[in-house]
Amino acid sequence: MTPDPYLGPDEVARTLRRLGHEIVENNRGTQGLVIVGLLSRGYPLARRLAEAIREFEGVAVPVGALDIGLYRDDVTRRSAPPPIRPSEIPVSIDGATVVLVDDVLFTGRSIRAALDALLDFGRPARVRLAVLIDRGHRELPIRPDFVGKNIPTALVQKVRVHLREVDGEDAVYVFGEEAARA
Amino acid sequence: MLELRNPEAPASPAEAPAWTRKDLLDTDTLSNAEIQLILETAEGMREVRNRPVAKVATLRGVTVITLFYEQSTRTRASFEVAAKALGADVVNLTASGSSVEKGETLIDTIRTLEAIGADLVVMRHGKSGAPYLAARNTAAGIINGGDGTHAHPTQALLDLFTMRRHAGDLAGKRVVIVGDVLHSRVARSNLWTLLASGADVTLCGPATLVPRTLASQVSELGRCTVTTNLDDAISGADIVMALRMQKERQEKGLIPSLREYIAGYQVNARRLAKARPGALVMHPGPMNEGIEIAPDVAHGVASVIEEQVANGVAVRMAILYLMATARRP
Repeated sequence: MTPDPYLGPDEVARTLRRLGHEIVENNRGTQGLVIVGLLSRGYPLARRLAEAIREFEGVAVPVGALDIGLYRDDVTRRSAPPPIRPSEIPVSIDGATVVLVDDVLFTGRSIRAALDALLDFGRPARVRLAVLIDRGHRELPIRPDFVGKNIPTALVQKVRVHLREVDGEDAVYVFGEEAARA
Repeated sequence: MLELRNPEAPASPAEAPAWTRKDLLDTDTLSNAEIQLILETAEGMREVRNRPVAKVATLRGVTVITLFYEQSTRTRASFEVAAKALGADVVNLTASGSSVEKGETLIDTIRTLEAIGADLVVMRHGKSGAPYLAARNTAAGIINGGDGTHAHPTQALLDLFTMRRHAGDLAGKRVVIVGDVLHSRVARSNLWTLLASGADVTLCGPATLVPRTLASQVSELGRCTVTTNLDDAISGADIVMALRMQKERQEKGLIPSLREYIAGYQVNARRLAKARPGALVMHPGPMNEGIEIAPDVAHGVASVIEEQVANGVAVRMAILYLMATARRP
């Protein structure tokens, strides 16, 4: 049984455009900017952020894909080990401002793994974090710089982001107990 | 641009098949989903190998022991590099210089290695089936690194990985394996993965090295033919794999002479011209250049032999990763 989406395609598109503006504003332009999405759903979001920035700034910002499977802290504890896919970082990140992009920020463990993975590719001047959804419940001292939507959740709930590149539709679902609208 | 996902693949990683085997002994019982999982994981490992710092720490705390009762260059070095690239600890043992020389049995050796703390044991043995005996007597995962004339699963998987990277989907592709098929564990393990991939396989060699009994056994599998004529076999082939001529076979009188073997079965430029344009030439190594393969072909544009060796590290990383993190049912 699929509930009504918490966010629909128009809201996702508007949110991404706003995040694009915030990223450029924070960076004071697109100089040195590299947008790196976590696989699987952070990567299409990163591509859409770059597309939005290209539309209003006229600049093509490099986009990378980062697989964190080999860096997770639960590889040998999970019920199933994470799938391993190739990362693709198309430019040197030495001295760059890297914006990591993921769909849902939850415990912060994925981002911890992503920082380790990213630093194996070089030494960025700074790393920022952009997420479509922040659902709270951090287990590590990690804080996002750009947030699409804060969704207060209970631990038992599940937040699923569907993207047309992967799932055939743009929508955000909250499963479990009824989520409180922020 | 990265392909986000294969339209045929499960929508969510959670639905992807998980590795549940304790051991990897041969390719004959691997499902297509398991083969696919190894090859996809190997793509990720290949990317790690191409980084400036080609090492991660995923398997720190995991101990891999290589136990080789037969000599080896590439398989053992490849497994050692693969294990170290994943951050595992590696101990290399050979039969000479170990307690095997004092008469320790295989079962006692394996149990000792488990007691020392081996999580995975990569084992090569001259006797066919020895890794199966070892696997039954230990909780450690056993990876067959070649047993007698029986199986060499990691070689077949790295061969398949290399073929797929160049030739794509192998369904309907023609693969010729030429040489001492009778004694080749490489040929045997390749046969299972190739047939599972939908390729048409031709086994070729002198009648003494590709015997009729084998022919009648494999013909039951379909899509596998046996011939003694390489010129016919190579016509229109997509992939040609030469096997090492094991010189000790000549001493046993299984081939009349090396010169006659070369005349009938060497993969050379003249013969390769009959294959499909862009056909691949492969060899599991070590090569006897000038015997089963001409030097200009071994190092020519069609050859992916060195790439096989490089891909071997990525495929073995994938196997070590999947086995070390396996959830056994």
